[in-house]
Amino acid sequence: MLSRRIIPCLDVRDGRVVKGVRFRDHVDMGDIAELAMRYRDEGADELVFYDISASPQGRSVDHAWVERVARLIDIPFCVAGGIRDVETARRVLHAGADKISINSPALERPALVSELADAFGVQCVVVGIDSIREADGQWRVRTNTGDPSRTREPGVRTLDWIVEAQRLGAGEIVLNCMDSDGVRRGYDIVQLREARAACHVPLVASGGAGEMLHFAEAFEQADVDGALAASVFHGGTIAIPELKRFLRQRDIEVRDV
Amino acid sequence: MSDVAIIDAGGANLGSVCYALERLGVAPRVVRDAAGLEGADRVILPGVGAAPEAMRRLHAQDLVEPLRRLQAPLLGICLGMQLLYEGSEEGDVECLGLLPGVVRHMRPGQCIRIPHMGWNGLRIMRPSALMDGVPEGASAYFVHSYAAPLTADTVAASDHGSLFTAVVQRGRHCGAQFHPERSAATGARILRNFLEMDF
Repeated sequence: MLSRRIIPCLDVRDGRVVKGVRFRDHVDMGDIAELAMRYRDEGADELVFYDISASPQGRSVDHAWVERVARLIDIPFCVAGGIRDVETARRVLHAGADKISINSPALERPALVSELADAFGVQCVVVGIDSIREADGQWRVRTNTGDPSRTREPGVRTLDWIVEAQRLGAGEIVLNCMDSDGVRRGYDIVQLREARAACHVPLVASGGAGEMLHFAEAFEQADVDGALAASVFHGGTIAIPELKRFLRQRDIEVRDV
Repeated sequence: MSDVAIIDAGGANLGSVCYALERLGVAPRVVRDAAGLEGADRVILPGVGAAPEAMRRLHAQDLVEPLRRLQAPLLGICLGMQLLYEGSEEGDVECLGLLPGVVRHMRPGQCIRIPHMGWNGLRIMRPSALMDGVPEGASAYFVHSYAAPLTADTVAASDHGSLFTAVVQRGRHCGAQFHPERSAATGARILRNFLEMDF
């Protein structure tokens, strides 16, 4: 039976792992390779490296650290940030990334999703979505969220974009619920359930994990395939082996550490 | 193992497979044509992408007949394993025909998402040195939408909606549907078994 995935997300800026609250005030969390190996050893099922400096500044990720990580770790990892064309994606994948995640560039030019799926197969193509609840109660996407001064509101409904992204060739959706991100009050179960109903490819929850129960809720109530978190892992609030024991006790299928 | 050849057929996981072998202390050769296969003690066919494109590339590189005639033990990984079968439903393409059976699209269902992406358990179906030291139920990392059926060659199965072949061996032709290069200790052990076992 397929295990639910625990996915630490390492926000990368200028070659270091950083973490901010609600996308602001980034704090240095450590060296990329050191953190990658620590999480691998603790039993992380997958890692996401999100270059938060890349997309708003219109530049793509520096591939040197991708190769450095690929040589070291023997679990899958995904690279996000600043991938805007097939050639850049090819370089990142050939440097050793297993998947690439695109967010703002996919909204700016949806055909990119299809181009990547055609070139590498849908299983390589993750569409990341930053979503926020607006005054009318609708969830809508945001782009360029790595830099609040450059964040845009394309006016696209999150659930519509989830459907469209799959049609174009997304092999996985990572839904980052911005209202809950960084505040540790739990994943946005209501939004994730709506997303789940619209999402037939793997769905990963992001934003809001503060305690072990939050992971269980996302798996049990929103049926997500994976749960992504950053600060609770980086700061040591939650240890992955303990989290997996907790989930297993609740009969949630997880990979043994 | 002195001479391990990895075929560059355009698959994006080529680098990862090389690194996994390097972690085992092996320096593989990346080969792009039939001449590169000469003298190899082991040959690995990695693959990520779609079967028709991968077969087109193998034809373009004049590798199809040399692979069919290859005497060295051959390990296909992910799409590379699917290419060892007679054909694939993906684009209705004829594959290498080294293993009987046709690769088919996996069926989505309640709680069964396609692509099958993530860690899943291995159910050992019959003895093979490929699985030496790998316990029943060990997890491996899968990413795929097509799968090979259970046949007499199936060494280990996995379950995603229904059972499919996760590890296969027929004589010197071996395959792993998952990514051993990304399957932690389980994957490293299976790669090492392939390099060290007698055929």
